[in-house]
Amino acid sequence: MVYEQILIQTVNGLVSGMILALVASGLTLIFGIMDVVNFAHGELFMLGAYVGTTTLVATGSFWAALLVASVLIGLLGAALQITTLRPLLGRDPLTTILATFGISLVLQNYALWQYGPVARKIQEPFTGHFRLFHLDYPYYRIVIAVLSAAIIGGLWLFMKYGTYGIWIRATTQDRVMASAMGIPVPLVHTGVFAIGAAMAAASGVLFGPLVGVNHAMGLDLILRAFIVVVVGGMGNLGGSVLAAIFISLAESFASIWVSPAQAVIVSFVVLILTLLVRPTGLFVPTPK
Amino acid sequence: MTGHRVDGATAPAHARAAAAPPPLLHTEGLTVRFGGLTALNNVNVDVRLGEVRAIIGPNGAGKSTFFNCLTGVIRPTGGRIIFDGEDVTGLPPDRISRRGVARSYQITNILPGATVLENVRVATQSRHHGWNLVRHHRSFPDVLARARAVLASVGLAGKEDELAANLSHGEQRTLEIAIALATEPKLLCLDEPTAGMSVAETHQTVELIRRLGAHLTILIVEHDMEVVMGLARTITVLHYGEVLAEGSPAEIQANARVQDVYLKT
Amino acid sequence: MLSLTDVHAHYGKSHVLHGVSIDVAAGEVVGLLGRNGVGKSTTLKSIMGLVPPSSGKILFEGRDLAGLPPHRLARLGIAYVPEDRRIFRLLTVLENLRTGLDRHGVTEARREALLEKVYRHFPVLRERRAQHGGTLSGGEQQMLAIARAMMLEPKIILLDEPTEGLMPRMVSQIREIIQVLHGDGVAILLVEQNVPLTLEVSNRVYIMEKGTVRHQAAAAALRVNDAVIHQYLGV
Repeated sequence: MVYEQILIQTVNGLVSGMILALVASGLTLIFGIMDVVNFAHGELFMLGAYVGTTTLVATGSFWAALLVASVLIGLLGAALQITTLRPLLGRDPLTTILATFGISLVLQNYALWQYGPVARKIQEPFTGHFRLFHLDYPYYRIVIAVLSAAIIGGLWLFMKYGTYGIWIRATTQDRVMASAMGIPVPLVHTGVFAIGAAMAAASGVLFGPLVGVNHAMGLDLILRAFIVVVVGGMGNLGGSVLAAIFISLAESFASIWVSPAQAVIVSFVVLILTLLVRPTGLFVPTPK
Repeated sequence: MTGHRVDGATAPAHARAAAAPPPLLHTEGLTVRFGGLTALNNVNVDVRLGEVRAIIGPNGAGKSTFFNCLTGVIRPTGGRIIFDGEDVTGLPPDRISRRGVARSYQITNILPGATVLENVRVATQSRHHGWNLVRHHRSFPDVLARARAVLASVGLAGKEDELAANLSHGEQRTLEIAIALATEPKLLCLDEPTAGMSVAETHQTVELIRRLGAHLTILIVEHDMEVVMGLARTITVLHYGEVLAEGSPAEIQANARVQDVYLKT
Repeated sequence: MLSLTDVHAHYGKSHVLHGVSIDVAAGEVVGLLGRNGVGKSTTLKSIMGLVPPSSGKILFEGRDLAGLPPHRLARLGIAYVPEDRRIFRLLTVLENLRTGLDRHGVTEARREALLEKVYRHFPVLRERRAQHGGTLSGGEQQMLAIARAMMLEPKIILLDEPTEGLMPRMVSQIREIIQVLHGDGVAILLVEQNVPLTLEVSNRVYIMEKGTVRHQAAAAALRVNDAVIHQYLGV
């Protein structure tokens, strides 16, 4: 009986882990390259979900919603970075934290004004479940996990091969020398912010059918995302994916025995342990 | 040959040697290794009381590492440092400061938001009433008087109430020396005191150091050869962490090995 | 081609360059000599926009470089090899080279040719092309830093103390590559403390002290033992 529950929770943990990984990777990428702690990331997630709802209503296609939300929020991210963050480059990190925090407040209230306080729903692209022990487990959940993994995989490939991937990695390591090599660093920064925003928006659309779409849906997720970024190592893409899965699994297992609300404590315990034992990140290889 | 007269009698040779005061600073086999890199290797240096000693050497010679050892910033891997008769090897910076070693830094370390007088008063207070947390600092008139005296001795008396951030670069470096002086050191270590200075400011700083050298033992790391040759009585040349040569300015300038090392011939 | 006129520069309040005036003609190798701390590296940094001048003018092919970010300068044909090399440690050797190689308007064929040329001069880079930059030795990193700059096909390379900390065998390699670049018509502004090497490879030499140029001469007119060398570089 417990064995079944553990397996079910493993699946649940992996699914929510992948969504968390999708959000957290954008966050860690942004921090790694421009030392910006993006407090508005949850709102980009939330706006992605909202744009998803309107696109879905307009076109009836979930996949169109996913695409349009990603592109539009990606562009919004680029615009925000150019207007608010680019002028602050090189200043005290507190300045950018305040700036992104301010953006998050603006976006939250904009959503409230634009879409109203009533939660909306995104319909899953397909219903249907399969039998997982005594449960009817929805196919959609598996699809989310696979899609998230695919998006992250795509990002990894993009970063590893291809000129722009090299530009991004070089700029992350040494912004000054990257510039001296002719890499247009301000453009790279904007590009990465846009990619991070697009990934957050995609997560919002994917996650939408599981929860209600409301203006505060970013808040809960962003807290977990920050924990993932710290545990995985700030700026470390692979680390944040592993950390996201690790933390989600831990929470899922914990909620076998305690209520899900209390299971969140597990994330914080992991965070505190990481900061005490290996503050650069649990999954960061020890520098040679 | 008359010897040193002690109690009306001629003292024998070994007693004469013993009567010469021990060096203020004595390093013995000083070695520092960082992993595979040997920054200092078996450095033996003696600095006598009242000397002005310059440490020079090309890039990477180990000059900063040497200073860092003396001031307790890093712990040597091997060897000893004897200061004023006591073994201070490996002591932390605050203990070394209390023993009488003061240092000024290459990058100015002043408190920009405080006045010039405040900067020096804080340092003076560390020597007197340092542990008294209760009484207001203004109730220690002797501390203020001492601080003012230090400022006067470096020529900053007219700038007491000026914010440190508003001083010119040369004045800021002078303030840094004043802060070091306020701790009443026996040995003053100056790390590239004329870096970033104009020719005029350099001359002023050299004059100041010369005046201080009259009653203080001074150790200088410098790249400016004019400054070094003009100030130091003895020069120690470091190269790849070892003492390459030691002698008067004239001797060093005539030393072909030193020239080779500098010109990379 | 490159001219600095009365350039002043500060690090905060520290006045490091007190009016530097230097010229480099197309294809010339110009040496910049001086002891530690005189402002040689800062001069290169101010050209590259890393330490913007507080006053004075820097012109490249007639264009004022004031306010241009480093990536624009690289596109204009100015390449920079810093004193601490600063290769991208987490990128492979090939990826390091690609940061300069992957430019607009460069055909695949020309890229191949450039890569081949660099591999020919630095065979160790070909061997280690799939290894991460951080695993290379100091000398190999210096080779990579120079090769990386060559990928930009620059008109001038700013070379900051390339032989520092290198073994004599590698110093020879540096000498060779400078001569190859000179043969290709690339101008070089070489900051060095190694006097014999500098006099050997340079057309002209400037000597700096305390943030300004104190002497300039044709390299052929100077000998290592000249009084002026001893005065500004020796003890």
